[in-house]
Amino acid sequence: MCTWIVEKADISGSAKGPNGWFPVTRANVCYDHPSHAFLEHSLNIDFVNEELGTGARVAVEMSAESARSLVRAILAALETGDGQHQPGYSLSGASAD
Amino acid sequence: MYEGMIAETTTMRGHGGDDIMAYLARPLGAGPFPGVVLIHHAPGWDEWYREATRKFAHHGYAAISPNLYHREGPGSPDDVAAKVRAAGGVPDDQVIGDVEGAMRYLRALPYHNGKVGVIGTCSGGRQTYLVACRGKGVDAAVDCWGGRVVMSQQELNPRQPVAPIDYTKDLSCPLLGLFGEEDQSPTPEQVALHEEELKKHGKTYEFHMYSNAGHGFFYYDRPNYRIEQALDGWNKVFAFFEKHLSVPSGAGAGV
Repeated sequence: MCTWIVEKADISGSAKGPNGWFPVTRANVCYDHPSHAFLEHSLNIDFVNEELGTGARVAVEMSAESARSLVRAILAALETGDGQHQPGYSLSGASAD
Repeated sequence: MYEGMIAETTTMRGHGGDDIMAYLARPLGAGPFPGVVLIHHAPGWDEWYREATRKFAHHGYAAISPNLYHREGPGSPDDVAAKVRAAGGVPDDQVIGDVEGAMRYLRALPYHNGKVGVIGTCSGGRQTYLVACRGKGVDAAVDCWGGRVVMSQQELNPRQPVAPIDYTKDLSCPLLGLFGEEDQSPTPEQVALHEEELKKHGKTYEFHMYSNAGHGFFYYDRPNYRIEQALDGWNKVFAFFEKHLSVPSGAGAGV
């Protein structure tokens, strides 16, 4: 944890931790030494709700390559989702292709 | 010979008169024992630091590791450390106050010999250097791979407003530095800059740059562990403290 590279995103959603689901309000994204992953540096994301205390955290640590794959998957899913919500989109039309 | 130690959490007075938790370990017996303050790393006041504190007690020291993240509230060390990381770390002034409080705590113990060394790893290495420069009463300091002793203007912030290297003229005790050639923070170039500054001000120091080692090569549970370098590093730490903290002959964990 010596890079102190941290980016923050305000988010709206839920995460599931050891005590069940809870609302999350922020994602803290950093590139630093992991706590658990067997890597020297990792892309770490903490989904947190500071109002609920330090334990309200769902943490993920992954390799830089994994993180880039994740970003691509998120963007692809969002793009597909956006397309399906465009005016004129029809399920029957999609299945006919 | 019978050996024993007491290792326990305690409460001590830290920066601004705040009561904070600390982990204290000491050999059984009347002493007098030299003291060591351990400044934990960025991952927090965790199991490794408790082990390291007990290691010093095993070697005949009264050792204390203050919880520098105490004010962030209770929780598992990694959760608390994540909160501190998101906040950009703890303020330098607060750390110095907490470590000075830990030194006062040790010096008030009836079995203490009056000498105190400070050691820290990772962010704790940087903070060790800060305390050695700005704190009062440090007899010897060990900086283990402390990153950001050298800081760019962009890295300075209200919590860490001055690069530690800029306090070098005020370094008040002998310094031991242990570093890895493959470390990215501090890089060998940054360590060289630091060394240049120490030379410029005529300070007493010894730096060791280990090959085939990166950041955190003492941590036996992490992929960067390097057994040969770690064992040699620990030997250097104990030799350095023995030299500067006047360990009485025969002192150990025995009674």
